Amino acid sequence: MSEMIKVGMADLKLCKAPDAVTTLGLGSCVGIAIRDPITKIGGLAHIMLPDSTQFANSGNINIPKFADTGAKELVKIIVAAGANRTRLVAKIAGGAQMFAFSSKNELTGVGQRNVEAVKKVLAELKIPILASDTGLNFGRTVEFYPETGDYIIKAVGKGVKTI
Amino acid sequence: MAKVDLNNMEGVYFDVLREIGNIGAGNATTALAQMLGTKVDMHVPKVDLLDFSQVGEAMGGEEQVMAGIYLVVEGDISGSIMFLLEKSSAKALVARLMGSDNDNPEGDFDEMELSALKEIGNIITGSYLSSLSTLTNLNIFPSPPDISIDMCGAILSVPAIEFGTLGDKMLLIATEFTDDIKLEGYFILVPDLESYDKILTSLGM
Repeated sequence: MSEMIKVGMADLKLCKAPDAVTTLGLGSCVGIAIRDPITKIGGLAHIMLPDSTQFANSGNINIPKFADTGAKELVKIIVAAGANRTRLVAKIAGGAQMFAFSSKNELTGVGQRNVEAVKKVLAELKIPILASDTGLNFGRTVEFYPETGDYIIKAVGKGVKTI
Repeated sequence: MAKVDLNNMEGVYFDVLREIGNIGAGNATTALAQMLGTKVDMHVPKVDLLDFSQVGEAMGGEEQVMAGIYLVVEGDISGSIMFLLEKSSAKALVARLMGSDNDNPEGDFDEMELSALKEIGNIITGSYLSSLSTLTNLNIFPSPPDISIDMCGAILSVPAIEFGTLGDKMLLIATEFTDDIKLEGYFILVPDLESYDKILTSLGM
């Protein structure tokens, strides 16, 4: 029996085929799905903020909350579970801008900054991004299947697509 | 040293924030009653400091479609405020305000309805903020409202990210309004940490 593993906000989980892993209602957050296509070991991280370093002196860092620390931790647990580090590939989704304002608020555009931060850390880790569905102004629910690498994206009133 | 650490909120500070939540929601109810021209009852709001992962569930699941009205707050304190309403409640409320039949409760909002909903959110959050302002003697200026109709998890990611720069929890005020339709509304107030201190200091804490 395969299982659907749920990842919350600022959370990450390991997932081995035939199980699948999901996170519901991604807004400005980004869902990073990584797998090894041979061992079919993978995982999903739901990150909220681009960069942990600006919070480094505020004590304990919640690792899955940030693009940099979250992506690295996800890779670490996938490799620890038996995946080959050099074969890892990624797909990403999310990073929407839910509200349109133009304000002085520095957090406006955080979706886009999250996406850029995720791309940057994956490039540093030398993990290719095979597909992405990011930006725009709507929320996404995602399901990732390490068996096939399918990353299924559902949005309200926009149907279902697989990347 | 900041007085407030959202991850280790001391009882008395939490009580103060809860009380602010109560008063604010009370004023918002009055505003709603005036708008609709009827009597509206409010249940005692539930104020919780929740982990991010729990917030979606507290509002009926991350995929629940909701209307979120969001305003940036400036002045003596800075931050933002959001008012969330389940989609069907929002539909019913708009129909009532516009005096139209709610003949398509599952349908999308048209421009006119969106605009009315924005205004409802504006009035409700505005009365909430004005009670906070009166209570604390601080100047609080909200921006024009913006609206999103989407999965609650996605809408919530916006205040969650703002809280995320402060800590790993967020303050959620759940209010149930009743007249002949039952409305469940949620307030999320996101002042920055300095503003929490200002609020508490102005209250003599």
